[in-house]
Amino acid sequence: MASVDQSRIRNFCIVAHIDHGKSTLADRIIEQTGLLTSREMQDQILDNMDLERERGITIKAQAVRTVYRTKDGQEYIFNLIDTPGHVDFNYEVSRSLAACDGAILVVDAAQGIEAQTLANVYLALDHDLDVFPVINKIDLPSAEPQRVIEEIEDVIGIEAQDAPLISAKNGIGIDEVLEQIVKKIPAPKGDPDGPLQALIFDSLYDSYKGVIIFCRVMEGTVKKGTRIRFMATGASQEVVEVGYFGAGQFIPCEELSAGMVGYIMASIKNVKETAVGDTVTDADNPCAEPLPGYKKVQSMVYCGMYPADGAKYPDLRDALEKLQLNDASLNYEPETSVALGFGFRCGFLGLLHLEIIQERLEREYNLDLVTTAPGVIYKVYKTNGEVMELTNPSNLPDPSEIEYMEEPVVNAEIMVTSEFIGSIMELCQERRGRYLGMEYIEGTRALLKYELPLNEIIYDFFDALKSRSRGYASFDYDIKGYERSNLVKLDILINREEVDALSFIVHADSAYERGRKMCEKLKDEIPRHLFEIPIQAAVGGKIIARETVKAMRKDVLAKCYGGDITRKKKLLEKQKEGKKRMRQIGNVEIPQKAFMSVLKLDDKK
Amino acid sequence: MADKKELELYFHIPFCVRKCAYCDFLSAPAGKPVQEAYMKAMLAELSGRADECRDHRVSSVFIGGGTPSVVEETWICQLMQRVKESFALASDAEITIEVNPGTVTEKKLKVYRQAGINRLSIGLQSARDEELKKLGRVHTYEQFLETYCAARAAGFANINVDVMSALPGQSLLNYEETLKKVLALSPIPEHISAYSLIIEEGTPFFESYGRGELQLPDEDCERRMYERTAELLGEAGFVRYEISNYARPGFFCRHNCGYWKRTEYLGFGIGAASLFQNSRFSNSRELSAYLKEPLGSREDRTVLSPQDRMEEFMFLGLRMTAGVNYREFAETFGQTMEEVYGGIIQKNRETGLLYDRKDPETGERFLALTGRGVNVSNYVMAQFLFD
Repeated sequence: MASVDQSRIRNFCIVAHIDHGKSTLADRIIEQTGLLTSREMQDQILDNMDLERERGITIKAQAVRTVYRTKDGQEYIFNLIDTPGHVDFNYEVSRSLAACDGAILVVDAAQGIEAQTLANVYLALDHDLDVFPVINKIDLPSAEPQRVIEEIEDVIGIEAQDAPLISAKNGIGIDEVLEQIVKKIPAPKGDPDGPLQALIFDSLYDSYKGVIIFCRVMEGTVKKGTRIRFMATGASQEVVEVGYFGAGQFIPCEELSAGMVGYIMASIKNVKETAVGDTVTDADNPCAEPLPGYKKVQSMVYCGMYPADGAKYPDLRDALEKLQLNDASLNYEPETSVALGFGFRCGFLGLLHLEIIQERLEREYNLDLVTTAPGVIYKVYKTNGEVMELTNPSNLPDPSEIEYMEEPVVNAEIMVTSEFIGSIMELCQERRGRYLGMEYIEGTRALLKYELPLNEIIYDFFDALKSRSRGYASFDYDIKGYERSNLVKLDILINREEVDALSFIVHADSAYERGRKMCEKLKDEIPRHLFEIPIQAAVGGKIIARETVKAMRKDVLAKCYGGDITRKKKLLEKQKEGKKRMRQIGNVEIPQKAFMSVLKLDDKK
Repeated sequence: MADKKELELYFHIPFCVRKCAYCDFLSAPAGKPVQEAYMKAMLAELSGRADECRDHRVSSVFIGGGTPSVVEETWICQLMQRVKESFALASDAEITIEVNPGTVTEKKLKVYRQAGINRLSIGLQSARDEELKKLGRVHTYEQFLETYCAARAAGFANINVDVMSALPGQSLLNYEETLKKVLALSPIPEHISAYSLIIEEGTPFFESYGRGELQLPDEDCERRMYERTAELLGEAGFVRYEISNYARPGFFCRHNCGYWKRTEYLGFGIGAASLFQNSRFSNSRELSAYLKEPLGSREDRTVLSPQDRMEEFMFLGLRMTAGVNYREFAETFGQTMEEVYGGIIQKNRETGLLYDRKDPETGERFLALTGRGVNVSNYVMAQFLFD
């Protein structure tokens, strides 16, 4: 493998809207390039984690190398780099794209172009990738390949007349895709003898081997013994192994040279040192400049995570530590809540990322968690000139010390069929959206452009979007920046005591509505006590909403089950057990799930 | 005989004419041959257990079900005969049988009396026929009256009547009508058990409740029914001696009180529970297993630890409005109630759910539920379980 002919390498990725068949096509490509027998094929090879398979999306970028023999007998190396499909992981997508020379655009023959299709294809074109389209699911009764071809040409402006018409699911037309990969995707360039310059597009922590860096070599060559340096983080290590990606396994090789995609192992302990987007160079013969486009990944969404059982705090800390080894975009720091005890304030790329981490903590580490309402990072400009980045509402300074506040805003694009334009616009208005414009894609579909505050979309925007468009709307966004906003802290008082874990920052205009909904929800979740419990929402000490949990007046086991005392005791034990899952706030016992239920205050269905 | 330990016997007769819509007891209709086989097995179990009870004196017998009155009265006679032969039955023992209206005649009731049965428990539930019908009861109010008169004529001087509140479609006035009719009986019953309907899993009511077809009285109404029970029965001279049981002075059900005082008892028949020699266990609920080996079907044996016994002492004893005796606790467990449960007792005294009662006759101190405490008794009792 010492001298790989660059002209025989194709580095590419597949871009698509969710559910348009990206992973299935990847499976077929891997299958038909013959590296694996059908028997070895799991359904979706690129999706390694159980969780990914269940959610039907790809979370972490991965890569696979296969060998393809063209119809005229030439052998090519394909490096297929998988990209995450969710907006939370936009930066990772952009780095994966940067590692490629071309992209296959998969479009569903029935659904046509969607918001993510556009977002991803523009991202690919921004990275100067050569993109060729593939029309998938042509065997569906509702397939309209010709219409979709025209749509691609009209909307995206790329040639689509000779797009392969395929069914990835049923293996139709895959040959043509493989031939077009060779013809339409350019071979990599770069000088194998130049100073090393390799782009990190992903990394993985393995407890035996340490961090495994996934990279694309742009210039130069790396091999065992090379002393490498990470240009952004400055860390430096000696390479112990390089190799490429078999399906689901690492296959060592002698060296990786310009144009190749593979992995590097160098006894690195933490993925923090191998940031995605960073450039790897040779410490002894460094390149002049790092590759462009590196940025530090920023957490966008924060929430408090607490063990349901206070004694499990150390377990939660250990679990977060382990997850972070593999996920540089997760960050956390200890915090204390009056209501929930010891826990962590955790930062995530987005709500999906949050949910994934939460599920992994619960599933893989067997932890029972209480999560507080997720929030974004607010900028608090204080009267003394300080600027504070606020991730925990409880830390908001006294209003007298606040000059003004800013919140993050996104540019959102929503694609929707015309019948739902009205209801989606209404949703965006409710979420404080600023209308930027609308473009008709074709007669029946439009692309709505809005500016939306991030804190309005991290809760249940996606769910609301889906339910108000019967599942047809698709959505994508980019962080635009910070804007000044009239924000207030909404507090919840239970039996006249403020519950810190339930406080959150909200726009002044939405405070009443949100407060009212939270009170209603909490009323349903808090069991009756011997006394009446007022539940109040307050802004700056002023009560804006109230509900009451009535006093328990009867709790009797009237029937006597003959002499079956055991059964009676079991009932009492159950009652007592239920109490253990409660948090004591003042003299009120609040079930753990009450803290979670206020996260989803979905309104209109 | 006086220094022998006290023992209660319970006989479970799992047969009925038809299963009621709310009933989750172990009972079902069955033909004569099954009934005969079952009664024979029970007689065998009875004889077989005599040995282990040599040191005991039987203070009460309760024949319950199901509907024990559906089996031929000769079986009940044989059963009582066998009890007298095999056990030391106290001369003043309380001997109860449950009957349902429409399943007994004066003749049958006289046979019961002759067999030594001295207390009758009649399942009325409601004095309104439409409510009885909804409950799936097999009788009318008229039939109840006939049974009640027949019982008095047969010589029963200690009769309990079961009534039920919070029935589907029942109004407060409807329920009061039932109570008033029962109180107007002549002579007035000695004992009244008043329960709220509980929707139990596995019953037809549970199904229809799940489908939203059961119009149950709302919380406030149910609550009023509960209060009215205490008021009306109190005015009529009844003492509420236990959460759901009311009696005229001198007619507290000794058998039931035995359960709350942790008197030893043996249960016979399928599913019957026992407390004996510091263990709780019960017979198999499988009819076939029981018929095959009436003596061999005991299961779920739990040997009670001192902690178990303390818990039971409290959550069972507190069901009685007289409460639990401080001295008895200390004598039984070698620790005072305050030492073990001081914090809980104090907390519930402060919230007005428990109070200290001084017995007017003996001057002894008891811990008891207040009127408010009775209403939320589960909440109070659960606190006496150890972590």
